[in-house]
Amino acid sequence: MAKIIIPTPLRKFTDQNRDFTTDKQTLSDAIDQFVNEYPGVKENMLDDNGNVRSYIKIYIGDEEVNPADDDTTELKADTEISIVPAIAGGCYHLPL
Amino acid sequence: MKTPKLKEQTKYTLADKVDRLGNFIGNTPLFPISNLNPNKNVTIYAKLEWQQLGSSVKSRPAYQIIYDAIQRKELSRGKHLLDASSGNTGIAYAHIAAHLGISMTLCLPENASDERKDILKSLGVNLHLTSRGGGTDEAQEVAKTLYENNPDKYYYADQYSNSSNWKAHYHTTGPEIIEQTEGCITHFIAGLGTTGTFCGTGKQLKEFNPEIQLTALQPDIAMHGLEGWKHLETAIVPDIYDDTLPNEIREVSTESAYELIPKTARNEGLLLSPSAAANLIGALQLAKEIDEGTIVTIFPDDGSKYGETLTQII
Repeated sequence: MAKIIIPTPLRKFTDQNRDFTTDKQTLSDAIDQFVNEYPGVKENMLDDNGNVRSYIKIYIGDEEVNPADDDTTELKADTEISIVPAIAGGCYHLPL
Repeated sequence: MKTPKLKEQTKYTLADKVDRLGNFIGNTPLFPISNLNPNKNVTIYAKLEWQQLGSSVKSRPAYQIIYDAIQRKELSRGKHLLDASSGNTGIAYAHIAAHLGISMTLCLPENASDERKDILKSLGVNLHLTSRGGGTDEAQEVAKTLYENNPDKYYYADQYSNSSNWKAHYHTTGPEIIEQTEGCITHFIAGLGTTGTFCGTGKQLKEFNPEIQLTALQPDIAMHGLEGWKHLETAIVPDIYDDTLPNEIREVSTESAYELIPKTARNEGLLLSPSAAANLIGALQLAKEIDEGTIVTIFPDDGSKYGETLTQII
């Protein structure tokens, strides 16, 4: 069973649970199951179009994955999924 | 070759050195937001807080915290300055501590950008990375535990509870705004993070003129992308927060702040950070709602440390 690690800001909506176990096989299905289990999580994680908010990063293990590719991201029994708000940007030099 | 000034400098005590550094903190310009302003009967100004040593609004509380601790002899070169930060306070501490020759340990969420970690490492900071899902709340808890396990080693600055935080703004940001607007400010609007900027500045402004309206801003949801801001309903509320100060509290979405960044760059010539853009959203909205007045907000930092965000939105 894969496990979603619940970040601190969302725990108010998950009865302070720190993780969520899912039997789903894809990232997309796991996120759907998670937000359906805890409705308060939904508006925090998903935008009006039902997509993961653009500034939220999803990691599988230590690898960042693109939530837009989520229906093709397969989960294994020992997979850990992390949901992380972006607290700062990347390269020091600006792209302008 | 003789360097008499350097020889002279060796005579300075730590207290002297931190005192002299005060000349490089604060005194930031008040910038008029003219092209995006929707109401010509209203003037909007923003403090460009990146124009000081340490490059953000956090230089003010960081300096005051260090200054006060040195004056009380709680911090010396024999102790490590310790705190938790999402980035800017840590960077401000690091600039000041490096100049003063004070060692520093910072608890930082590991999802802080590599550029911030590189800046901190370059300034000689000992980084203690905390989990990427725990945010600054967990970083605070870790810093507190480090201190409790070794109180002789550390001076724990605890920016969220340290009264020097809001007092920095009470003694500098507030008076600067009053002077720069020649006392004409009618509205002050700023986001809530440690709440030091809002509470210190707001308290000073209210004492100057109780009619000045104070509007606090916070993220609209718990899982936001406005670095440094806190969603009060779900985060640890800082001890220094005075909930009697704001006349009102409004909410800003991360997405709307991101959308305003390129508009502000192209119309005002200012490249803002997400939290600065969020403050501007509040000011623009307020300007639409009032008949006349002078609104002042804070731009905590510019976009130079948010490369990944800018790549995504521009």
